[in-house]
Amino acid sequence: MTDGSAPITRADVEHVARLARLALTDAEVERLTADLAAVLDHAADVAALDLDGVPPTAHPLPLRNVLRDDAVRPSLDRDEVLAAAPVAEDGRFRVPRILDPS
Amino acid sequence: MTTSGYEAVIGLEAHVELATATKLFCGCPNEFGAAPNTHVCPVCLGLPGSLPVLNRAVVEYALRFAAALGFRVPDESIFARKNYFYPDMPKDYQISQYEEPILVDGSIEVDGVHIGIERAHLEEDTGKTTHMGGGGRIHEADYSLVDYNRAGVPLMEIVSRPDIRTAEQARAYVSELRGVLKALGVSDVKMEEGSMRVDANVSVRPVGTEAFGTKVEIKNMNSLRSLGRAIDFEIERQIAALEAGERIVQETRHWDEADGRTHGMRTKEGSSDYRYFPEPDLVPVAPSGEMRAAAAAAVPELPAARRARLVADWGVSEADARVLVDVDGLADFAAAAVDALRDGAARDVANWCTGDVMAHLNETGLSIEVLPLAPDGLAELVGLVAAGTISRNQAKDVLAECLRAPTRPAQVVAERGLEQVSDTGALAAVVDEVLAANADAVAEYRSGDDKAKKKKRGFLMGECMKALRGQGNPQLLNALLDERLA
Repeated sequence: MTDGSAPITRADVEHVARLARLALTDAEVERLTADLAAVLDHAADVAALDLDGVPPTAHPLPLRNVLRDDAVRPSLDRDEVLAAAPVAEDGRFRVPRILDPS
Repeated sequence: MTTSGYEAVIGLEAHVELATATKLFCGCPNEFGAAPNTHVCPVCLGLPGSLPVLNRAVVEYALRFAAALGFRVPDESIFARKNYFYPDMPKDYQISQYEEPILVDGSIEVDGVHIGIERAHLEEDTGKTTHMGGGGRIHEADYSLVDYNRAGVPLMEIVSRPDIRTAEQARAYVSELRGVLKALGVSDVKMEEGSMRVDANVSVRPVGTEAFGTKVEIKNMNSLRSLGRAIDFEIERQIAALEAGERIVQETRHWDEADGRTHGMRTKEGSSDYRYFPEPDLVPVAPSGEMRAAAAAAVPELPAARRARLVADWGVSEADARVLVDVDGLADFAAAAVDALRDGAARDVANWCTGDVMAHLNETGLSIEVLPLAPDGLAELVGLVAAGTISRNQAKDVLAECLRAPTRPAQVVAERGLEQVSDTGALAAVVDEVLAANADAVAEYRSGDDKAKKKKRGFLMGECMKALRGQGNPQLLNALLDERLA
């Protein structure tokens, strides 16, 4: 993704936007390319530190093993759930065509 | 594949639904077959503000599996988000484990060969989509309906190393894996119901070379049989392509049970840029020494050990031991019958189980727990044959009746008057009567050549059996006839 001189290109931003299903205007792509470059610069600062012997942080909280017992709890009422859906049919969520027929 | 000059390299990914009471990250029931969207809550629907909490039982099941197959359990494992847009997950991501799975480096012995298992990780299952219009096919559908009952059900994905070489070995691996998971009580492992799903990575290479060929992932096999057929088809397809000078394209192909072929998907769908990142809503899992020890203590006798014990203790064949152990409850049923045995051999019990009892189960589709025949009933039947009360052939009929309706073998024998006559005095009287009434035949026997002797002896034996309405003990009758005709 980086080639040294330009940490991130417009094409990278457009690619990520496509993966995230974001429709960006040219101006937005322009701005985000600069913003994301600044973010990556910061990451590069961290990467430049000598971190030998520092374990990777998976989570900021000093917690392990937050577990619950395998006991059933009430689910939601289906009518209430489906009332929040744009369209429901036959007890299920109705969603638009998933793949382009092309 | 040596005849063609190629060998296949196969790795399998098995997705196993864990048999917990609740889902992976919420308290909704993990239960197959409920009305759509009745097992959903803010967590598995991904509603804003909800937080997932890991199910303790899932960790226990994974640790039990680790103890059974010698996996290493790293000090810590973490969850990741796999991001993709598809309506089977309401969150638009699936919580899975990516870089640091809960189990690594296990192996399983399959017919004397160790198949490596690279990793096993935890992840949530997806919802069920039904495509409406266009014959139910996703490409032609007008729209789709989604049921999220299965979304969030705990899955363990078990990834083998590419150590498998044939379709037959792939089937044996899955079969052994299933047996282990079932014995551990961590999954129902029913391929037909989808609680175990297996994808295969298949490539071929010239025999004697080390480098892997381009691999193709095949999906959508819903039985051991279709797994084997799909792999065989794919191996042949790849060899034919290479022989024709074509290149193998790395892709995902779907197995079509109806036409018996694999079909490529559109390459556009195959683009997999999931942008995994650590799941911020879940903290790492670090199984304690106590949890590991408890899981190891919960590992029962595994299928391979049980088969070996049945072969050694009961004298059954390896193949019969496999049937006994593989079929749900059959080995337990046989063991209970052997415990109840007063007369007869354990091996006879096993033979009835793998023979007539299995045939009945296959024919009726019933499971062994619902049979009217109890283990001590089978023990009684074996005892009746061993004591010479009924012949083996009569026992088949008696067993058939006991498998159909609740009764006891001894009762069937009494009701039908099947009891075999084994009283030597009574049999001798019959033999003497028959010989007296057939003096001509006896004379022809005495003067005849071997062929004539055999014929006349058969006739006299038949007359004795007729007089006894078929219930004479054949061994005793034969002995008496030999004595009288000597």
